[in-house]
Amino acid sequence: MRALVRTAAAAATALALLLTGCGAGDDGEADGKITLRFQSLAWQKESVDINKRLVKEWNAAHPDIRVEYVQGSWDSVHDQLLTSFEGGEAPDIIHDASDDLADFAYGGYLADLRPLLPKGLTDGIPRNSWETATFDGGVYGVPFLQEPRVLIANTKILKASGVRIPTPGQPWSWPEFRQVTKELSGEGRYGVAWPLKEPVSVTLNLGLSAGGELFHRGADGKVTVAMGEGDQVVPDTIHDQVNTDHSAARTALGMGGGDTLPGFFGGKYAMVPLGFSYRQQIVEQAPKGFDWTVLPAPAGRDGLAQGVSPQTLSVAEDSPHKKEAVEFIDFLLKPANMVRLAKGDWMLPTGTEALADPSLHTADRGWATGVALAASLRSAPAQSVRGYPEWKDKVATPALQEYYSGAIDAAELKKRLVTDGNRVLARYQR
Amino acid sequence: MSMRTRRSVRAGQYVALLCYLIFLAFPFLWLISTAFKPAPELGSLHPTWIPQHPTLDNFRQAFDEQPLLRAAANSLIAALSAGLIAVLIATPMAYVMARHRTRLSTAATGWVVVSQAFPFVLLIIPLFLVLKNLHLINTLWGLVLVYVVWALPFALWMLVGYVRAVPRELEEAAAVDGAGRLRTLVSVTAPLLAPGIVATALFAFITAWNEFFFALVLLKTPEKQTLPVVLTHFLGAEGASDLGPLAAAAFLATLPSLVLFAVIQRRITGGMLAGAVKN
Repeated sequence: MRALVRTAAAAATALALLLTGCGAGDDGEADGKITLRFQSLAWQKESVDINKRLVKEWNAAHPDIRVEYVQGSWDSVHDQLLTSFEGGEAPDIIHDASDDLADFAYGGYLADLRPLLPKGLTDGIPRNSWETATFDGGVYGVPFLQEPRVLIANTKILKASGVRIPTPGQPWSWPEFRQVTKELSGEGRYGVAWPLKEPVSVTLNLGLSAGGELFHRGADGKVTVAMGEGDQVVPDTIHDQVNTDHSAARTALGMGGGDTLPGFFGGKYAMVPLGFSYRQQIVEQAPKGFDWTVLPAPAGRDGLAQGVSPQTLSVAEDSPHKKEAVEFIDFLLKPANMVRLAKGDWMLPTGTEALADPSLHTADRGWATGVALAASLRSAPAQSVRGYPEWKDKVATPALQEYYSGAIDAAELKKRLVTDGNRVLARYQR
Repeated sequence: MSMRTRRSVRAGQYVALLCYLIFLAFPFLWLISTAFKPAPELGSLHPTWIPQHPTLDNFRQAFDEQPLLRAAANSLIAALSAGLIAVLIATPMAYVMARHRTRLSTAATGWVVVSQAFPFVLLIIPLFLVLKNLHLINTLWGLVLVYVVWALPFALWMLVGYVRAVPRELEEAAAVDGAGRLRTLVSVTAPLLAPGIVATALFAFITAWNEFFFALVLLKTPEKQTLPVVLTHFLGAEGASDLGPLAAAAFLATLPSLVLFAVIQRRITGGMLAGAVKN
């Protein structure tokens, strides 16, 4: 879809510019006051309320730089932004996810923020997080919210089984996790349900813990796919749980995260690996008295490392008020505000000071477990790889789905991911 | 074929029709059921068709969280205007194309068919730029313009069929009786075309009412957004959703189309049949 949009956009823009005579826009501010448009993708009520409240606070304190809140939507955000960029009507401040930024950054639509970012903001966010929004040496977004994948477990089943309860300090290893899911399985119950409707990002992101890299950048800057031992740990564990141990529900493989919740609440699955923010749905939908807990994902050779694509705030290259836009971002991401935004979205803030906020270090609803994982979060392996979307859709998704369901073996999976995959990536790197 | 065999075939046809109707109704019935379920029932391992503890909380929450009424009003303005303008433009054009067959009208008909093959992603950026130069970005009129342009080819195509279904002899008879061209059109042809015009307007209305992407791209401020765009605000990243309020809002969003269908169903059926047969 994105490729089609890009191709169509290029052809269509040329035609449209001819038709419209390249009309110049009018960005001037008649009364000397500046208006910035901030497109937010916040969607949960708490989160929308907090964003709007922060905009209101900014506007009250900055009468000459007014920010206008524009409600965006995660659905079709990429195509919507692309059209807005092409039409010269993009919002000044853009909320998106870091894995969606590469095309816009390389396309010259987003401003390189390096000369604009205040030192406090730069220093307040760890290097790992900045890397998620860095493309070709430029910084094209400020990463501010992120979520690790965690195991949400049914406390009653967990305690009754007598298995060791993992902590961020002493997580389960992948082999131990496999053993535990066997022990948690029983009559009409599976130890785990892997919702793998979109198997690629889960596999790659969790694969970092076992030293998986999959994408290797050569000295010439070109990326190739290679599958080493570390890359096989996560796929093999899931495959064996489903097909050998029968400790993972086969039916869950085609589900999205939320689809597994009824089975989880009904005691059909003892654990579900989900994004940290799914806790909100659990709080809202869990039956009365249902006791659940948040556990760290299993660790491997590289500990609890896992890939994430944080939510980001960027500035449009066409914005005539980049400096002011970054000032607003700086205000929005002051540590106290970042904590408010994180709580509204049930996610983790990226900022070091915000992460240290005592209100996030509570055991209630698993906040402390999530915060303890923050230091291990890395840039998702694929997000700067050109050609990744096609590799994901055409090669990796069907290959992993077939492998997890037992239709193909490990050798065939490797052949497809690597041989077929490199053919796809090569086309993007000529 | 014996009477018994005929009856069996007829019964089989009815069963097949019933199955098809159930299949068609399933998503809508499930939507209604979901809209009235409390949160714990939404997460139940054994979902039921009838909510065990029906609630209006999802509706309250949906109205509380999003400006649904304003969005519905915007959708209504855009869809009604698009339907009305599309038939106002398409009807005389269709008449000319159906009654005066020239190379130009044949080429125009061909172009109408071809234009339906364009993917909208190819059109959206030129449209965006044109509307920007006309200062119609972020206006409902800009959106209406797009919807009219979008609906026009198909509306024209539909109406040409309806016009051809009106016997030319009727117009000739009116002329013999002394009616002028305009009088013939207004008193003879237009009433016969009414079902077709209603069906075409309804088509344009529903296309505009359900349209999402143009509205998402062209309307910037929350005050202008239409219902399909506002519905997506109940959706989060990676498929997460606020299911109860989303179902409640989506159920409400289907009502205007259903009401409209219910009111003018007979006319549409007549219109479709009229267009289906050419003398």
